[in-house]
Amino acid sequence: MAQVMMKDLNKKYDEVHAVKDVNLHIRDKEFIVLVGPSGCGKSTTLRMVAGLEEITAGEITIGDRVVNDLPPKDRDIAMVFQNYALYPHMTVYDNMAFGLKMRKFPKVEIQKRVQDAAEILGIQELLKRKPRQLSGGQRQRVAVGRAIVRHPQVFLFDEPLSNLDAKLRVQMRVELKRLHERLETTAIYVTHDQVEAMTLGDRVVVMKDGWIQQVGEPLELYGKPANKFVAGFIGSPAMNFVDVKVADANGALWAETQGLRVKVPPIHTSRLVPYKGQQVTLGVRPEDLQLASGSDPSEYVFDAVVDVVEPLGSEILLDLRAGNSTIVARVEPTVRLKVHEKTRLALTPDRAHFFDLKTELAI
Amino acid sequence: MLIERTWKRWVYFYIPLTVFVVGTLFPFYWMLITAIRPDAELYRSWRAATNTPFWTLQPTLEHFRDLMAKTTFPQWLWNTFFIAVASTAISLFCGLLAGYALARLRFPMAGALGTSIFVTYLVPPTLLFIPLANIIRTFQLGDTPWALILTYPTFLIPFCTWLLMGYFKTIPKELEECARIDGATRFGAMLRIIFPIAVPGILSAGIFAFTLSWNEFIYALVFLSSPEKKTVPVGVVSELIRGDIYFWGQLMAGALLGSIPVALVYSFFVEYYVTGLTGSVKG
Amino acid sequence: MNKPIAGGAGSAAGLEVVLPHPRTTQPQRLTRLLENERALAALLLAPAVVILGTFIAYPFIMGVWLSLSSTSVGNAGEFVGVKNFAKAWNDSIFRTAFGNTFFYTFWATLFKLTLGMWLALLLNRHFRGKRIVRASMLLPFIVPTVLSTFAWRWMFDPTFSVLNWLLFRADLITTKLPFLSDGTYGMWCAIVVNTWRGMPFFAITLLAGLQTINPDLHEASSLDGANGWKRFWYVTWPLLKPVTIVVVVFSVIQTFSDFQLIYVLTGGGPANSTHLLATYAYQVGVATGLLGEGAAISLFMLPVLFVVVWLQLRYLRRMEGA
Repeated sequence: MAQVMMKDLNKKYDEVHAVKDVNLHIRDKEFIVLVGPSGCGKSTTLRMVAGLEEITAGEITIGDRVVNDLPPKDRDIAMVFQNYALYPHMTVYDNMAFGLKMRKFPKVEIQKRVQDAAEILGIQELLKRKPRQLSGGQRQRVAVGRAIVRHPQVFLFDEPLSNLDAKLRVQMRVELKRLHERLETTAIYVTHDQVEAMTLGDRVVVMKDGWIQQVGEPLELYGKPANKFVAGFIGSPAMNFVDVKVADANGALWAETQGLRVKVPPIHTSRLVPYKGQQVTLGVRPEDLQLASGSDPSEYVFDAVVDVVEPLGSEILLDLRAGNSTIVARVEPTVRLKVHEKTRLALTPDRAHFFDLKTELAI
Repeated sequence: MLIERTWKRWVYFYIPLTVFVVGTLFPFYWMLITAIRPDAELYRSWRAATNTPFWTLQPTLEHFRDLMAKTTFPQWLWNTFFIAVASTAISLFCGLLAGYALARLRFPMAGALGTSIFVTYLVPPTLLFIPLANIIRTFQLGDTPWALILTYPTFLIPFCTWLLMGYFKTIPKELEECARIDGATRFGAMLRIIFPIAVPGILSAGIFAFTLSWNEFIYALVFLSSPEKKTVPVGVVSELIRGDIYFWGQLMAGALLGSIPVALVYSFFVEYYVTGLTGSVKG
Repeated sequence: MNKPIAGGAGSAAGLEVVLPHPRTTQPQRLTRLLENERALAALLLAPAVVILGTFIAYPFIMGVWLSLSSTSVGNAGEFVGVKNFAKAWNDSIFRTAFGNTFFYTFWATLFKLTLGMWLALLLNRHFRGKRIVRASMLLPFIVPTVLSTFAWRWMFDPTFSVLNWLLFRADLITTKLPFLSDGTYGMWCAIVVNTWRGMPFFAITLLAGLQTINPDLHEASSLDGANGWKRFWYVTWPLLKPVTIVVVVFSVIQTFSDFQLIYVLTGGGPANSTHLLATYAYQVGVATGLLGEGAAISLFMLPVLFVVVWLQLRYLRRMEGA
């Protein structure tokens, strides 16, 4: 049980600056998820915590020890890899016991711990098998089991669910969450899947190009993205972005572009005043758009033409065209609209987002 | 499978394949038949009507007996075996460590070192045997098995390193990372995780290296002089031909017996051998 | 199997037992050193580098020195510049050996490639007994060359040649062919034996290459209307080219520097007409004892080997880049 601190962490390879000035305080017992597109530096960060990559600059503390110069074996951590990394020449039991044997635990203790972990994970029957005789899901469990027998201070997960099929992935996700609640050990989890990040993390760290973009609780990232990247990355289907011009008319601010004109919602007005006459990016999530009804205030309603209809059962995704912009809306499954049909959309005013065109920061 | 007519299959497949098989194996058959043919029959005029070159009605083991009794052939067999095993062991040891370092570790000059090991792999022994003979003399290793045990690795180490490096690269590096997190040192992870997994590759390299050293000729010819210290290939060449006289029966018996150990090793490990063979030319 | 991880009530107890973490001892100096990637690499590479340095790099330098000196057995010799090279170049036996080496390498490699490719294509098909046929095809390659060459020498024997007997019985000849007692015949005999010995290496390596080709490609191309030859030329061959190049390079190096086959088959004779560079270097350097001149003769191999190795390295680089 320990907190993990990263201070001004940097990683440079010959030409690539993979991790840039990362500062992060991971609290004891916290489940933190690093998420971002491939090459964003999330795995490298995790591997620096593990001791598998040298730290170019900065400092990592686990518990109260600075671990920069400690080899992985002395950091008291456990890691689960994407390809499970089970030792193919050892049985499941030996795989799980390996870490304890290396640390010279007494045999009885090893046996007890492996049995306990196997019971928790439901793999008691598999202990005598070799990894190649296991299914993907079973291998995953063994990999997790190998980590938990160690009772480490920190769990590290490097995309552990990516090799599973979709159904199993959802199931294991839930189990990992339960396991964390039960073991109460600090965990750092790396994934490129924002759904995994949102569902698992107590807090989520979004990274891109080696920089931390935003750190926050899942709903905070979703509701108040700090910049355009986070806004577009979190949530599926992704947020719609339209470049608009801020115009002053009739004593109010309007966001307009060709074929689309909506009023700037009151909560944003004061912050958008300095942008009068300039371009900004308007962001609206698909679920914040509905088909307009009579009761919707007309200044948040605009015309659109249906391009594609994707009925998903529980909802329908509409790809629409409004002026020059393509927009996705998530609507009720009862809606009956055909391709090329004209319709009117209303946006939920206080859920709109505005981003600076150049810095892409939220306004 | 693509369908084809029977006669086509014969013309394009069975007949050529048969020619290949017969052509490949005939010299071995010839070795055998010569080795068990009595001398009287061996040196019969080739135009004689009674000549039956492809078989014999009076098979004899006299050539084998003479080979064992009148020459130091058993000693040569033992020498060859000992030298092959020792040089293979040394080469595997060096090749394992070097191959691992080149496949896994990041260090300056890694690329240059890999290239130069590859280049030494391509240096033929016949380019160096004259200066090497000098060096062997300087180290006072001449006419001892060590002259060969220490020089065979010059062509075996590059081969083993190259082959094992390729093999190590196919092992996911997460395995040793996991082992290191689990409590092993780098060295320990290599020893306990990577090497056991690489056993098939090690076998391939070992088998191939063994046959290479069993077959080596020029170093053995140049560095050894006493009859009882020689290896099979050199012994057969230099001791079974006296002056201008070829004892063909004994020669073929020696050739046969000298081939059997490698052929046996080969037959037990064909797949490993083939892996070694094909792996030796791939990157 | 699908039991939830944190489901069972009873199973919880075990993990809650608090054990003292095993003490993390301060790593000793050596183990700490071995954790350093560079130090470990240096240590692991040391044995190989020492052996290769002592027995390849050092002899190479010494060979160059020898070739520039008048050293002979029992005589330290002195620096003579390129005299040895000049002498060799003006020596008619050397010229013959030099020409022979190219001739031998060219034809043997060509035959090995053609026949090896053919054999590989045959072995790539399905038939009964394939494994045993494939295994036995490699025999010439694994049996010590010297020993199998003796069998050939016996088959080429001037008096008792079984091949002459066969040709005679088939009414193809009326007098014996002078297999090894004529220089030209001797060279071609050596090429035949070298082909016999080296072809399996080509066949098996090319076969391994063939087996990596996706059979769908052949199906697709035959749907496109390609016949057998066209399929080979437009589909198989281009995909096989990388393997082929590598195999040819290896074979060229080995054939070019060949020693044992000629040594046993003809010994360079008759009248020094079948020497290769390596056998002539042996004759001059070891049999006669003129180390300097012998070293010079074998160094004549270097430029060719250098070009071949250089091409190979360039090719490897390109493959890595791709």
